[in-house]
Amino acid sequence: MNVAVCVKQIPDTANPPALDPSDHTLVRDGKLIMDDSDSYGVEMGLQLVEAAQGGEVSLVSMAPNGETSGLRTALAIGAARALLVSDPVLAGSDALGTARVLAAAIRRLGPDLVLAGTESTDGYTGTTPVQVAELLGWPSVSFAKHIEISDGLVRVQRQTEAGNEDVTCPLPAVVTVTAGVVEQRYPSFKGIMAAKSKPVEELTVADLGLDPSQVGSAGARQLVISVEAAEARKAGEIVVDEGHAHERVIRFLEQLKIL
Amino acid sequence: MPQVGKTWVLAEQHDGVPIGIVLELLTAARGFGGVVEVVTWGRSSASAASTLGQYGATKVYDVGDIGDSLAGPKVAAAIAAQVSGGNRPDAILIGASHDGRDIAARLSVRLDRPVLTNVVGIDASDGSLTTKHAIFGGLMVLRAEFTDGTPGIFVVRAKSFATEATESAASRSPEIIAIDVPDTGATDAARVVARHEDKHSGPKLEEASVVVSGGRGLGSPENYALVTELAQLLHGAPGASRAVVDAGWAPYSFQVGQTGKTVKPTLYIACGISGATQHMVGMKAAQNIIAINKDREAAIFTIADLGVIGDVTKVIPKLIEAIKARR
Repeated sequence: MNVAVCVKQIPDTANPPALDPSDHTLVRDGKLIMDDSDSYGVEMGLQLVEAAQGGEVSLVSMAPNGETSGLRTALAIGAARALLVSDPVLAGSDALGTARVLAAAIRRLGPDLVLAGTESTDGYTGTTPVQVAELLGWPSVSFAKHIEISDGLVRVQRQTEAGNEDVTCPLPAVVTVTAGVVEQRYPSFKGIMAAKSKPVEELTVADLGLDPSQVGSAGARQLVISVEAAEARKAGEIVVDEGHAHERVIRFLEQLKIL
Repeated sequence: MPQVGKTWVLAEQHDGVPIGIVLELLTAARGFGGVVEVVTWGRSSASAASTLGQYGATKVYDVGDIGDSLAGPKVAAAIAAQVSGGNRPDAILIGASHDGRDIAARLSVRLDRPVLTNVVGIDASDGSLTTKHAIFGGLMVLRAEFTDGTPGIFVVRAKSFATEATESAASRSPEIIAIDVPDTGATDAARVVARHEDKHSGPKLEEASVVVSGGRGLGSPENYALVTELAQLLHGAPGASRAVVDAGWAPYSFQVGQTGKTVKPTLYIACGISGATQHMVGMKAAQNIIAINKDREAAIFTIADLGVIGDVTKVIPKLIEAIKARR
């Protein structure tokens, strides 16, 4: 049972995000970290490999520079290896361009299952994993909140608008996971040390045989026209509860004629 | 993009009732100036046609019953076959539902077209379409457009447009046209074996005029019952932050925010919610916001009309008691 997990390295969410004023792309010049929403896929992959009693978890990622700090975090949690597609032409890639790169990288790894977050924390386009599935000609199950593998099928409890549904799917397949799918695991000191010597293979767009015009800003075919501050909502009245704040809430409800 | 001649709206419907965003998209598409048509699927697609017509659809392309398939592969393949066969819209509008996002992703690959997602507004004033996107939790508004070719694929968040039926007779009884699903190969191998609906009484979260949401500040799963009770007393719907649904204190379908529902009620009461950007993007368009939180630095207070700094587990029981005492 070999699992590939898509991992995005994003600007540290502890800092406020910023856009480059020249092209309105997200500023990514600080240290990048593993997107927290990908840690669930890494952990889920490790548990599935363990349950299958064989195989390993590989990471797949792309970056316009050779960034690996986020990948090292996922390796420290327990992934065996990483494949990083790193190429300056990837800067400005949209979701479809990203999916082309990830699909080509996944084809080289030939996993039984691909796991990805439902959407990234920084861009939250939310289409890339299913675009990868379509490019690979594979089935996909999005919004998984529970995953099991048995009899060569992945069994998923999938979130829907009204509740959830049970879905079974033959492998290979792409499954996107929500944060509730599994408890996150944090890297141990031993894991961090071991991660330093785990293999990270770096490939370029040309290595994958992709046309550079289909990726990066050249392939995105969409343009940000402007970015402006939204109409701000102002903070209103603040009351400190000293046992009677509910009375102020009641008056507010009366003003709105809700009571 | 050239003049918008024809727009398709994806009409996701359940038991013949289109989901709310569909009527929003039809209302918006009528403003583009061209023809508005829909693509629908499922067992009750024909009975949805009259509603779709009331909101401006002149043709209903019907994929038909998709059985136990997921919607993504079949619906995307059916649309792509129409487009490659020459039935070509300029814009395809898709609601940002779970299935809608799957369809958009697969359609994007099949048509080799990019997708603009998280759209919260579309401007067609100069004959081409530009989109509005709320970013950084709604602090900034980004405008974007496609730079070449059609159709443009737009994935739109719920509550982005008002809904209004049309008086036009042209769409009163839209023509229903069955469309074929070409071979989907392995992409359609997933099977839905059972469907479960989260049951709750009262109005639906997306439609409620009062929403009472609980966050991690409630402290324990038992305290989520306070949120449910307050919501019931105010004839509203209970909601939740991502932390609360991930922890299993409330069902996922209660989640408000980026990955959950977008709500626009008359009143939103945030109980023990700190106000992560991903949460605020789903509720900051509420007409009135009350926030109750222990932490006076919580971001939710920057957008609340009334902020109560206090322990939710103390304030809400008193509030519930006071409301009950009035009845």
